[in-house]
Order: sequence, then C-alpha cells, then structure tokens
Amino acid sequence: MLLQVEDLRKRFGRRVAVDGVSFSLDVGEIVGFLGPNGAGKTTTMRMIAGYLEPDDGRVRVFNIDVAQDRARAQQRLGYLPEGAPLYGEMTPWTFLRFIAETRGMSKDKARVAVRRAAQDASLGEAIERPIESLSKGYRRRVGLAAALLHDPMLLILDEPTDGLDPNQRTSVRDLIRRLGKERGLIISTHSLEEVEAVCTRAIIINDGRIVADARPAELAAREGGLEAAFRTLTGGEKAA
Amino acid sequence: MTSLLAVYRRELLSYVTTPTAYVFVAVFLFAIGLFTFQVGGLFESRRVDLTPFFAFHPWIFMVFLPAVAMRLWSEEARSGAIEVLMTLPAPTWALVAGKFLAAWTIAAAALVLTAPLWVTMNILGDPDNAAIFTAYLSSLLMAGAYIAIGSAMSALTAAQVVAFVLAVLVAFLFTAMGLPMVSDFFRGAMGGGFAEAIARLSILHQFDAAQRGVVEIRSVFYFLTLIATFLGFTALAVDARRGA
Repeated sequence: MLLQVEDLRKRFGRRVAVDGVSFSLDVGEIVGFLGPNGAGKTTTMRMIAGYLEPDDGRVRVFNIDVAQDRARAQQRLGYLPEGAPLYGEMTPWTFLRFIAETRGMSKDKARVAVRRAAQDASLGEAIERPIESLSKGYRRRVGLAAALLHDPMLLILDEPTDGLDPNQRTSVRDLIRRLGKERGLIISTHSLEEVEAVCTRAIIINDGRIVADARPAELAAREGGLEAAFRTLTGGEKAA
Repeated sequence: MTSLLAVYRRELLSYVTTPTAYVFVAVFLFAIGLFTFQVGGLFESRRVDLTPFFAFHPWIFMVFLPAVAMRLWSEEARSGAIEVLMTLPAPTWALVAGKFLAAWTIAAAALVLTAPLWVTMNILGDPDNAAIFTAYLSSLLMAGAYIAIGSAMSALTAAQVVAFVLAVLVAFLFTAMGLPMVSDFFRGAMGGGFAEAIARLSILHQFDAAQRGVVEIRSVFYFLTLIATFLGFTALAVDARRGA
C-alpha cells in the first residue's frame, strides 16, 4: 500500500477543516480530489505531505508514519503545493538543482535528476529563464518537475492544471496519465471533466468529510452525470 | 549537510542577485564612516587605533543587520515557498543554519569592505594589527548574534517590515541593557545586584573589551550562546507553522 490515511482531523481555531478523513491508495491509482472551496482538500494534502501536523489520525506513506518519521516519508513522496510557489529570481535549472541538493542528492546525481525531471515536465528552453518571467503554465511545470525530481512512487499534486490554457492542460494531463501507470497519484481539481479524463477514482470531500469515493464512471452513472453527483453530494443543489 | 549547503548557496545567491544587499552594505559603509570620523573623531584623536571605529559597531549593527535578516523567513512565508521548503526531507535546523550563515556572510562581506580604514591606519602609523584583527573577529561574532535575533523575528511574521521593527527592538534591548540609564532603572526597581547582572548581559558590555582587541572567552561564549538561543527560537517558530 502506497498511502494509508486514517481518521485524519484538523481544526484551525474553531473551524474544523478536516473531520475524519480515511482512505488508502495503491500503485496505478490516480485519485481525483473534488470538493467546493474550503472543503478541506488542501489541508488534507498538506497533512499527507508533512507540511501540517494533524490534530488526530494518522498518515502512513509506505507504512512510514508521517508524524513519527517525517523526513523518511517525505523522501518517498513528491508534492506540488497549491499555486506552485517558487523563487522568482532563480531559473528553473538553479531552482531544481537547489531542491535536489536540499533533498540530499550529490551534485552529479542532482544534475541527472534535474535533466530527467525537466524533460518529463517538458520545460524545454524555459529552463534557463528567470522563473519570474515565465508564464503560469511554465511555472506550474517547474513545480511539477520539482515534485518529480527524486522519482517518487507517490505524488500529491494540488491543482496541477489550475490556470493553464487548454494546450498546457492537455500536456499536464498526459503527463499525469503517464505517471499514474506505475505510481500512485492524488490530484485536486475543480474540473469534473478532468476527473473523468484522467482519474481512476474520485473522492468528493465536503465540510472536511469524504462524501463519495468511487470510480468516476460509477459515480456519474449513479447520480446522472458527475456534475449532478458533485452538486447533490456537496449541497450545491440547495444553494442553487 | 548537503541540505544546509544547498540552502546556504540559494540564500546567498538571492542576496547577490537582488539589489537589497548592495544597498544595505552601501548604507552600512556610509554610516560607519560617518560615525567613525564625525562622531568618533578618528583623526582628531591623533591615535593610531580603530577604537572609535569599533565602538559604533553595536549601534550600527543593531539597525543594519535586522534589515539584512528580515527577509530570511518572512519572504518564504509571504511567497508560500516555505511550503516547498518544509515538505523537503531536510531537518529544520539545516534550513535555519543555512539561511543564518548566508546572512552572516553578507555581514562578513560588509566588514571586509571596511578594510581600507585598517590599511590607512598602517600608512599613517603603526597600529596594533593583532588587536585590530581580534576586534574584527569579535565584531563578526557579534554580528552573528544580531542576525540570529533578526532571523528569529523574521520567522514570526510574513511581513518583513514587522520582522525588522521587532528585531531592532529586541536588538536594542540586548545592546542597551548595559547603559547607565537602563541599569539605573533596574537598580531602582530591583536592587543593585540585579542591575549589575543585567548590565553584564548586554552586548555593549560584552563587546567593550573586545573592541580594544582583548579576547575574553566569556564574551565569545556569550555571543555563541546568543546565536544558539535565537537560532533555536527560529527553528521552534518555523516548526510551529506545522500547527502541532
């Protein structure tokens, strides 16, 4: 099992962000995290990636408890934070070298890893230009390359296609599909069409709880389309 | 160790590729020159030593080094890049130490750039070069303490200006505890023994002998303790972001 999440909970002050989330993930699965804004998707992903500590519950990556042995768990996963924050004054090349070396790779190993990840994320010529001069699509790809550097089996990607144009979206989706064949992926997205296109499994989160966990086609068949399922399960119907 | 060096190199690169560090160093050199000659009266003293120069270091560092250190963590929090850093399998102390050492290197560079003054002294007369050299080393060590304070305050907030103001405030407290006006206040409030103890804990007091080129193990230990304490505080503040 790549990832086991057991009864994860997190509150910020009085607001409960994640309220008892459990699921597990295996190789070959691409899970689409769906849910309205503020449902708890990002908080859940941050806890899996070891950025936030859960108040309660457990995350295990390759059976390593993230709370107990964070660094060892983080060696085995790749994470793309929401909005793919980067250092604007660096070039993708220097940035990726920095990530690789901070991960503890030797210079030679880092060089090879950066070349491979840059190729996987199709960075092309952009690799030598300052990040602050790159388009949103390229920045997202730099973030993706950073998540892929150490060739992790588990990838947590928070809105990997957000703000990309249709061409860039297609290329990132192709990459996700390709990666998903022999790895486990969790991607959060607002695009239901994306879930249908690339995910083998959809998890819908609302108010910090999982309200559905099924294959996208199954979910769509049950509720008469994925969009209808999303609206029914997340209470959008009442609002509309 | 690889992570520490990677963070150090990145941080240093970001200092030298943005104009801020150059501006700060230029302002530092201008200020130190102004104080040494106009206020300290280096030439008027007609002595071939750099005491008037070193005497102003605590006061100028108190403002200059928080400015250098303010971006260390605030900027990461503001841009969100801290999330990238904290999801890498690197220990927090390596991140803290790497950033601290980069800022310290900038301080060292600023000190090195004051060397023409030292050279001039040697042209004008025959100064005690060993004393000047040890005073430089003490000053560098003291700079480390001010940067550690700046780093700790920077880890508390995403706003650089707030980090700067807090750091100057804390730095001022540690610098001025030894001044008569402060120790008189404590003498009145808590008694002479306490006031004496507080005064001894001030940076001014600890740097007093050092600026004349006298190395006191006590002072070295004092500055190292300040550095370790505030870097420890930085690491705690950074880890607190995980919200355990």
